[in-house]
Order: sequence, then C-alpha cells, then structure tokens
Amino acid sequence: MRKLRTIVAAATACVLGLAAAGCGSGSSSSSTASGSTITYWASNQGTSLDNDKEVLTPLLDEFTKQTGVKVNLEVIGWNDLQTRIQTAITSGQGPDVLNIGNTWGVSLQATGGLMEFGDSEMKAIGGSDRFVQAALETGGAPGTTPTSVPLYGLAYGLYYNKAMFQQAGLTPPASWEEMVDDAKKLTNPATGVYGMTLAAGSYTENAHFAFINAAQNGAELFDSSGKPTFTQDGVVNGVSRYLDLMQTDKVVNPSDAQFTDGSKSIAAFANKKAAMIINQNNANATLISNGMSEDEWGVVPLPAPQNAASQVASHVAGINIAIMKSTKNKDAALQFVKFMTSQSTQEALGKPFSSLPVLKDAKATFTTNAEELKTFTDIYNNRSKPLPLVPNEDQFESTVGKAMNNMFASIATGSNLTPDQVRNQLNTAQTSITS
Amino acid sequence: MSSQSIKGGNATSAARHRRSRRRGWWWFPYLIVLPAVILEIAIHIIPMLTGIWMSFVKLTKFYIRRWNEAPFAGLSNYRLVLNVDTAQGQAFAHSFLITCAYTVLVVSFSWILGMAAAVALQKTFRGRGIWRTLFLVPYALPMYAGVITWNFMFQRDTGAINHLLVDQLHLYSDRPFWLLGSRAFVSVVVVAIWKMWPFAFLMLMAGLQSIPSDVYEASAIDGASPWRQWRSITLPMLSPVNVVLFLVMFLWVFNDFNTPFVLFGRATPPAGDLISFHIYNASFLNWDFGLGAAMSVLLLAFLLVVTLVYLVILRNRRDLYA
Repeated sequence: MRKLRTIVAAATACVLGLAAAGCGSGSSSSSTASGSTITYWASNQGTSLDNDKEVLTPLLDEFTKQTGVKVNLEVIGWNDLQTRIQTAITSGQGPDVLNIGNTWGVSLQATGGLMEFGDSEMKAIGGSDRFVQAALETGGAPGTTPTSVPLYGLAYGLYYNKAMFQQAGLTPPASWEEMVDDAKKLTNPATGVYGMTLAAGSYTENAHFAFINAAQNGAELFDSSGKPTFTQDGVVNGVSRYLDLMQTDKVVNPSDAQFTDGSKSIAAFANKKAAMIINQNNANATLISNGMSEDEWGVVPLPAPQNAASQVASHVAGINIAIMKSTKNKDAALQFVKFMTSQSTQEALGKPFSSLPVLKDAKATFTTNAEELKTFTDIYNNRSKPLPLVPNEDQFESTVGKAMNNMFASIATGSNLTPDQVRNQLNTAQTSITS
Repeated sequence: MSSQSIKGGNATSAARHRRSRRRGWWWFPYLIVLPAVILEIAIHIIPMLTGIWMSFVKLTKFYIRRWNEAPFAGLSNYRLVLNVDTAQGQAFAHSFLITCAYTVLVVSFSWILGMAAAVALQKTFRGRGIWRTLFLVPYALPMYAGVITWNFMFQRDTGAINHLLVDQLHLYSDRPFWLLGSRAFVSVVVVAIWKMWPFAFLMLMAGLQSIPSDVYEASAIDGASPWRQWRSITLPMLSPVNVVLFLVMFLWVFNDFNTPFVLFGRATPPAGDLISFHIYNASFLNWDFGLGAAMSVLLLAFLLVVTLVYLVILRNRRDLYA
C-alpha cells in the first residue's frame, strides 16, 4: 500500500512538474536576433484574414531578408483576439509580438504581461518623438512607461452618399442638428431607405459613440481617481442624443439593432439603404468590396451639436503593437516593431489596411481622394480624443456598450426610453464595474 | 507415500507457485489504470480544484499574469453573486432563472418530440429508414453550421421565418424581431429543441427495440388501445432509458454554451442570457475570473444537488415498487 501511495505521489508530482515547467517556460531572456524566429499575432485589418496574410507576407519576407529574423504570422479575428491575449498572458505561452486594439492599451498594461517600452527600448525602435502624440498616449496610463506603441491610425468620419444628397438638394451637415434634418429628408421607410445606418447591436461601436457624444458635451467617463461617472448629465444626454437617432428622429432603420458588427451597416450604406454612416476610415476597402466606387461617397467630420462644449469628432482609434514580457527574442521583437512602424512599412500598409499613419511626418495613403485624406488626417490630428486612459476602460466598453445594445433593442421593439430610464441603465453599467 | 499424495503435493505447490506469481504481478492492474488516473487528475481534478481556488481570490486583470499572487477574497465573490441588491447578483439570478426555464422547455419538448417520432417509427413500414435518417439530420449537422443558419433565418428583414409568417401567412402586420427583446428567448429555445430532440429520438428508438413485440400483441388481443399500450407497456419498459436520458439532457441543456454564443454573438440579449454564457462574459469580457469561478462553483453545486436528488428519488421509487 505504501508502494502504491509512493507511485501515485510520484505520478502526481510528474503531472504537476510538467505543468509547472510549461508555465515557467516563458521566462524572458534576450538573445542574438539574427537567425531567430519570432511569432507575430496580427489583428484583422483587411477585408478578410486571408487578405491580411497576403498583404503582410511580402513585407515579413522583406524583414527576414533585412535582419535574418524569421516571422511566424498568425492573423486573428477581432472576436477571438482579446481572449487569446488573456490566455497568452495567463500562461506565459504566446507570441513575441502582437497587435492590440489601442483602446485596450491601458487595460493590458495593467496585467503586467506586456513589455515596457522604456528609454532603451524606445531608442531601439527609433524613438518616441516620431509618433503622433495623441496616438502614443494610448500606449499606457498617464505618467507610466507605455507597453505598446501606435501601429495603424484610425478615426471616425461621417460618410455620405453624394448622389442621394445631390438629388435631395442637400449639402453635407456642419452640425448635429443639420445632420438630423438632412437624415429626416432622406428617410423613406416605405422604400426601406433611411437617412443613417448604425451598428446598433455592436457593443464596441456603441461604447465609442457613448464616449464621443459625452465628450462633445464636455463630460468625462471616469473621474480623476479612476471611478466611473456614467450617470452624470453630460454622459446621459450624449447617450440619449445618439439613441434618439432611432427613437425620436426615426432616421435609422430599427433593424439596425441587429447589426452586431460594423460590416452590416457598411453594407447597408453601400447598397444605398442609408444615406449616411459614421464609420472609421477603414470602411473604404469594405465599401469598395460591396460595389461602391470611391467617388460615390464624401466624408466630413462627425458634427457636434450647435452649442457643444467640444468639437470632438472621434476617439483616437487604431491599433497598437506590443511585445510580450515573456518573449525570449526581445532583440528580434524590437527590430520587428521598428520595421512595422517605419515610414516605408506605414506607407505600404496604409492603402490595403485603410489606415492613417501614426508617424508625425508621414502622409496618409489609404485613398487617392485628396479631400478625404485631408478630412481624416484633420480629424485624427486635431479632433480626436483618446478613450479614458484607465485600467477599467475595457469594462466601460463592455458594460456601457451592452447597456446601449439593450436600449437600442428596446427602442427597436417599440419601447420609448425616457432620460431617467437611460440614466438607470447607465447606473447599472456603472455599478457592474468591479475592482 | 501414495501417488495421490504426491499429486496433491504437486497441486498445492503449483497453486502456491501461481499465487506467488500473482503476488509478483500485483502492480500490473494499477499500471494499466495509471494513465487514466493521471489524465483524470490532469484534465478534471486539477482544473476543478483550481476553479474552486479561483473563486476565493480576487483574480482580475491585475493578477492574471501572476495568478498565484492574487489576493485572498474570502467569500466576497460569492456574496457579490448571491446578493440580489447588486447589479452582478441581479444579473446572475436573472440568468439562472432564464436557464431553468430554458432547460425545462428544451428537455420536455425534446423528449415529447423524440418519443412521438420513435413510437411512430416503431413498426416496420415502407420508407421508415428515410424518415429515421431525416430526423437525425440536425444531430448529424455540425453545430455551428446549424445554428448560424437559424441566425440567418431569424433576421428581421431578410430571414425566412418572417418571410413565412409575415409575407406568406400574414400573421403579423409588422415584422417582429426574433433575435432581440423577449422573443430572443423563444428563438434560442426553438434552436435548442431542434438540436436536441434527435438525440432523444435516437435513445428512445434504441430503447423501443428491446421491448418484445409479443407484449403488444397480447395486449392488443386483450383490447388495449394504442394510448393504453403506450402508457402501460412502452412507458414503464422504457423507464431505464428515460432515467439516463433525462439526466443527460438536463446536464447538457443547463450547461449549453454553444447555442446562445453562435445565435447571438458576444452581445447576448437579456432574454437569451444563459448561465454558461453569462459566466464566460463575467470572466473574459469583464476580466473578473474570480467572480466567474464563484458562479461556476455555484452552478456545479446546483447541478450536483439536482442530480443527487433525482437519483435518490428514483432509487426510492424503485425500492417502493420492487
């Protein structure tokens, strides 16, 4: 019996030992870059995962040619990326370099799983002063060492269908009120055509617009101590204003409450079921793949109300690039980040990924339409504000975004929400935020 | 010394030899079982114990990398989940009740449909094989393909369901939403029944094969109606199958994650917020793995209690009628 116990104990120790070895294998150490192989998790920026691979592969080959470092590429869809990163951080088993949504920058920094870009690391990737300042700020909480740097810049703009506006004798709106008036004139439910289309079932999109509308009212979502302030008047009014596009103004098809991602609203705009869409500049590739040509649409900044406290038209949207703290190939990873954020790579990827450059002096290349380039560059550089740079930003997106999903669903199914009911929903979201 | 005693001596010695050989191989059965034990420990026991440990710590995003350093939270995760005055407690209670209603409806309707189809196909007739195959299609289809097709069918403007109900049958004046609001519950129940009933059908069909046909013939001679035959012969003789079938379906349906995940995506409407998906959201969307683990432990405890009560009641009933 004693022997049996010994055998069982030995076997258990083996299992635990193997598990511990697995957990510990990600300990960091630097090595000579050339000849090493790194793993890169890219986010989905193109029209499909395969499209991303096709776009990135020649560039990665070029990087290998230059440095001798091989890159194993895996493109991960947005639905899976956050979970994959969480798992990688928990287990220490993950890629060397990865893309993250820049709004996750501070939340992921708080996990301690990403490598800090201190002075020497920043120097190794070419210095921090070459990045657009607002984009660089998304890499970490204020006053801390960032754990990610900007890779692709994105900004929201108001796309409008030129022909539909011309037929109705309208000009692009310069204020929220004008936008709503134009949208009303372009709405005809009998033909299934509406003034605007929204991804009203996407919690991330809804959270972004809660932020932008609140920011136009001069309201902050978190106070200086990092506590949520979702129930203050500026936030409630901002959220109500956005919901009213469907509820009171009736310029949005109630069916949009089923649109769980932006591609569906882009398709509605491309198919002329809506005259306007508020979307990030990466809509271009999808609009073209849905049969629209570039000269059919125009873009203006998302207008603020006439008496707005701020003319914010977008959050500083985009993708950051980070290095896992557990990497064994720090030198190679830094070289790769330098390569991906270099001017030539930024220019090469700007067009296929419809992204804005994150470098101060680089030119946007995502479209040949000079006016659109100018509009988005101006929005990104002058009218964008970073989402709250607090560790609980991710919880803001999930709780407020989901509350807005539910409110849009209620409106679509016939309910009429009062500002107090909106406040109650935001209060539930606020009290759901733990830690 | 007789030859018999020599033989006897040899036999005793042979038996002793066999016993000693057996004693020498005493470890062999343990060796055979060992891989299964190791896998059971690694795959089930360790993760389960880890989950229970997680429910007592504050495992948020700040500690997921150094999870062994997460501060002890005592019972606070449980208190938060069970306190219906908090947003988390209310959401958990709502999700639990929705899941109970979902389980009762899906298990009941799946069993009724499975039983009806199994009885209808019990007797041999031309084309029986085709019907059997047809009924098993939902079970054979890849789950994702099946549920995503339902998602397309439930779309408000372009879905087949509204085309049938509104455009063809004119049952509604306005197109209803099937994936939003309270109707989302109806949708997820319908999809789950569609997915589950072929399993009930398969099990009951197999059970019906074991009932001798002469029992039915004898009862028919005595003038028993088909309803009486089903109530007095089919149902009692299928009782061992039903015991297992109900238990398995209950556990599967209560823990169902895939149906709401594929049907609704990550933004589940409140009416379709089933508990497994609720726990997933608490853990992965809100990055609060301690809270998610506390919910999981409560779910485990509930399922264990229900299973035990179910088995004890059945055992007592069997003893009563034995």
